[in-house]
Amino acid sequence: MTATLLESTTEGERLRLAAAGAWTAQHARVIEKLIDTQTGKREAIRSVVVDAGGIEKLDTFGAWLLERLVRAWKAHGCETAIVGLAETYRGLMDEVRTVPENAPDQRRHRGEIVHTVIAVGRTMVKALDSLVSSANMIGAVSIALLRVLVRPRRFRLTAMVHHLENVGWRAVPIILLITFLIGCIIAQQGIFHFRKFGADVYVVDMVGILVLREIGVLIVSIMVAGRSGSAYTAELGSMKMREEIDALRTMGFDPVEVLILPRILALIIGVPILTFLGSIAALYGGGLVAWFYGGIDPEIFLGRLKEAISLQTFEVGMIKAPFMALVIGIVACVQGLKVKGSAESLGLQTTASVVESIFLVIVLDGLFAIFFASIGM
Amino acid sequence: MVTNGRSGKEVVIAVRDVVVGFGEANVLNHLDLDVYRGEVLGFVGGSGAGKSVLMRTIIGLLPKRHGKIEVFGVDMDAASDKERQAVERRWGVLFQQGALFSSLTVKENVQFPVREYLKLSQRLLDELAVAKLEMVGLSADVQDKFPSELSGGMTKRVALARALALDPEIVFLDEPTSGLDPIGAGDFDSLIATLQRTLGLTVFMVTHDLDSLYTVCDRIAVLADGKVIAQGTMETMLASEHPWLRAYFHGKRARSLDRNAAAAHA
Repeated sequence: MTATLLESTTEGERLRLAAAGAWTAQHARVIEKLIDTQTGKREAIRSVVVDAGGIEKLDTFGAWLLERLVRAWKAHGCETAIVGLAETYRGLMDEVRTVPENAPDQRRHRGEIVHTVIAVGRTMVKALDSLVSSANMIGAVSIALLRVLVRPRRFRLTAMVHHLENVGWRAVPIILLITFLIGCIIAQQGIFHFRKFGADVYVVDMVGILVLREIGVLIVSIMVAGRSGSAYTAELGSMKMREEIDALRTMGFDPVEVLILPRILALIIGVPILTFLGSIAALYGGGLVAWFYGGIDPEIFLGRLKEAISLQTFEVGMIKAPFMALVIGIVACVQGLKVKGSAESLGLQTTASVVESIFLVIVLDGLFAIFFASIGM
Repeated sequence: MVTNGRSGKEVVIAVRDVVVGFGEANVLNHLDLDVYRGEVLGFVGGSGAGKSVLMRTIIGLLPKRHGKIEVFGVDMDAASDKERQAVERRWGVLFQQGALFSSLTVKENVQFPVREYLKLSQRLLDELAVAKLEMVGLSADVQDKFPSELSGGMTKRVALARALALDPEIVFLDEPTSGLDPIGAGDFDSLIATLQRTLGLTVFMVTHDLDSLYTVCDRIAVLADGKVIAQGTMETMLASEHPWLRAYFHGKRARSLDRNAAAAHA
């Protein structure tokens, strides 16, 4: 089959190429190789005649390859002609003849080091940019909040309650489960290691302080960032993609006031409640493990807990919660509004939203630790 | 391959007694339709009448409750996966919104089916992408753009180039001119006509555009109440006394068409 697709005979300075068979997509790979070997010949050839009389079937693949053959010989300064092509394929050949030469790849190739430098530069600019846009968003949300405070009737209570249900109420089971398990694990590890030097009972201090000050709010924030922050980014992103946000703006609504403020307020209300519930569940889990695994009676556990923690320990955890919520909400909304037209960018921004908010939540927790230590709380 | 005894033309799509429904209601009710090789069939009907449903049923995106669909003489229900794939390679589909892959560039979108089905060199793939884009009237400098950067008309053209990538024998077009301005729609019509002539395509076109029907379609099939209530040339449609056809082809939007027809007759 392949042998008959293209055959050549040289008559002095004349090259005669006989094309035959089905010049279609199926055989395009073979034909391309045949053409390349034909045009690779460097003999003293002045004119080329392509006899296309034997071509039984021609599609755009074949037509382009025929055209490429002709162009390659023309580039060598040969006279070329196609003869005997069936009349039905004339239109197709005319169509292909107008195709311009493929422009060479315009992307410049740079060295490895330059590439790295460019990538680092881009990342830094992006980080700076996201800092600026976060500041921008905090400003816009504050202004929207002030406007709403001046005219409370403009506030979208229904929307906020709806979001509160999604980020708060519906998150309760999973938050309770996770924090309960974390409480159990901390208590179990504590008892296991403290027992070696007979300090079992101090596990109550550890569980109480760790859970109320740090772990409760951190676990809840990370869960909320993964669960609700990503949802916010995806929602706002697909609204941006389908021009819904532009539509709102043209109708004279402020998207920050209509879409973002209710979402962020729902988080600020929801996260402290979840933190409270989560901390209690963790203490409960810790208490159960202490009882069954460590043999510490609930009465002793509670008595010890009262001594170990104060209201201040609880306050330290709870004060952090709304700030964590604010960070998650702002990051999620900023990333949502950065989404461009493609499905890929929606995925990228949602990932960025979760990664960035978890990172910032942990950084913020560190800053709070320094702050509380310096004011002696 | 099935041929129609009456006209002697080769039938490439045969739809027989097809029922398609959602929930309680049947959208297509024992529908029959033939599409002949090399023709441009315009498929019209009211909004929600089930035009796109039939198209999606033929290309296998929707399940049917009853009936048989043959494409190139292959019964699509009885066919093995391999036979189905062989048939699918011989048709191209232009979706209403273009359905371009948003994370690929224009060039990659056009190359996608070719790359998957044929093992061609990158050079040939690139040249073919330019050739296909040129055929649908786009210059080579759009090839590195992403779908989100294209206008509505360009999106449709790129989608058409992708539908034509494997040189199909049948092209399904779902409202190809919707959302285009009259000049763009006219260009698109003549583009379809040119490609149909040069490539010998069979075109199955779902449309609302009376001008498209008038300028490019060889035959028109009308869908109402889940059945094809009439089929034939534009003249047959204009001459029909059926109330829905009269309302469709002689309504306010169709006045210019009437004038054209009158001029043609005079």
